Amino acid sequence: MIEPIMFYVTAGLIVLFSILVITARNAVHCAIYLIAALLSIAALYIYMHAEFIAAIQILTYVGGIMVLFLMVIMLINFNEESRMRKATGQWKAAILVSLTLAGLMLYFFFKGGPVITASVPAAGPVPVSGNTEIVGWGLYVPYVLPFEIASLLLLVAIIGSVLLAKGKADTWD
Amino acid sequence: MTEIVITMGKIAFVLFCVFNLLYVLLWLERKQSAVMQDRIGANRADIFGLRAWGLFHPIADAIKMICKEDFMPAAADKFVYTAAPFLAVFFSLVGFAVIPFGDTLTLGGHTIHLQIADLNVGLLYVFAMLSLGVYGFILAGWASNNNFAFLGGMRAGSQMISYEITMGATVMGLVILFQTLSLNQMVQAQGEYFFGFIPKWGVLLQPLGFLLFLIAGIAETKRIPFDLPEGESEIIGYFVEYSGMKFGMFMMTDFIETILLSAMLTTLFFGGWQIPYLHADGFHLGGLRLAINPVLVSFLQVAAFGLKVFCFCWLLLLIRWTLPRFRYDQLMALGWKFMLPLSLLNLAITGLVVLL
Repeated sequence: MIEPIMFYVTAGLIVLFSILVITARNAVHCAIYLIAALLSIAALYIYMHAEFIAAIQILTYVGGIMVLFLMVIMLINFNEESRMRKATGQWKAAILVSLTLAGLMLYFFFKGGPVITASVPAAGPVPVSGNTEIVGWGLYVPYVLPFEIASLLLLVAIIGSVLLAKGKADTWD
Repeated sequence: MTEIVITMGKIAFVLFCVFNLLYVLLWLERKQSAVMQDRIGANRADIFGLRAWGLFHPIADAIKMICKEDFMPAAADKFVYTAAPFLAVFFSLVGFAVIPFGDTLTLGGHTIHLQIADLNVGLLYVFAMLSLGVYGFILAGWASNNNFAFLGGMRAGSQMISYEITMGATVMGLVILFQTLSLNQMVQAQGEYFFGFIPKWGVLLQPLGFLLFLIAGIAETKRIPFDLPEGESEIIGYFVEYSGMKFGMFMMTDFIETILLSAMLTTLFFGGWQIPYLHADGFHLGGLRLAINPVLVSFLQVAAFGLKVFCFCWLLLLIRWTLPRFRYDQLMALGWKFMLPLSLLNLAITGLVVLL
């Protein structure tokens, strides 16, 4: 009984904070609402008994990435631009995209589960128990190749950004 | 129903201990610094002429801070400015929820686990809460609408992120060795022995990890030698625009984080509540046996945990009054070029040894 109530409260909070992210006038407030939305998503993971994912969500997104976001927003004085943003013509495209997405979601929701069965390779019986252990086993045994490709992509991105930053530094001195 | 009462009781006990230790540390910080600098130290506050070695000074401090004018800069972001100190204190206090301060206590048929919540990702939880604590300081600096406070907030953010990575990479060595993220299971694992008599504490398994964790932890608490975000005497930090109890909350956060760091050091590296050779039914050492009442054993273990935490707090205070402050570039160089590679090396060697 309590679980569905908690789910709808959390889901409502996620929607509320997400709307506030795009409507708040001050860029720093937008970032704070985004942090609140990400924390609410972590709460959803906890209802699903995925404590490890919830902890990682908080640790990387809220504790790491969003701190850097916030610092960049604070250092660049965004306030002028964020006021101008309201006047841009993006909202027509945005409404089109969100209506399409809502239509797709409603279609699959009423059509039921069988429509969206993806061909996920069978992982076989899981030989370990425990939240963290299952995630670790999944990443390193059946899905090790996608996992490594993802980390390679991140490495490429890191090296690329270092290269870009270094190029600029050379021109300065 | 009894479960809820027991949990509330545990929360009350932990908060009681943390706040009282905080009080003692406030007093100790003044008295000890006075001894180290050959002064007399705070001893003037008295109640009916009773001075008690300056023990009433923290009370006098609290009364002063509560009675002070609660000033807010005119151009401050009102909501964020007010919320920031609460965020800082809240996220430093909730970390204690997963610290095991004892094994189990059997009272009147109830078996009570002496830990508020035994999360199976307890270690990650503490780190998550520590990383959320950064927001209190960054937002305080930004919301004050003061360039000096803002720069202090930026220093706090970059310092805490840099050293959190080292901290995380360091404890991974322990996670590999103990094969768990639950702090309770880590403490249980430290109750074993090498050769049957040397306690298998984390500090003996990971001596380098312990040193790195200690240094990174001091950087997380933002106290000298890593007090660049604050630097109250000249470069001034994120809380310049705060007065009264809001400033007091930032000061409290530093001390609460010191206690949390000591509790983490004790739990991860110094056996938590374990007393060597003391088991649930009494002392065992080789052929020697000494039976002790289980309730007394639980009491001894909680006392041992408290004593270890207190010793670490004391060590951290000693370090705070011994070393000068780092420069900002030195801080970053130490964090990224020295400690992070060392912690990764530690992790690699640990992994290799476990595999072989």
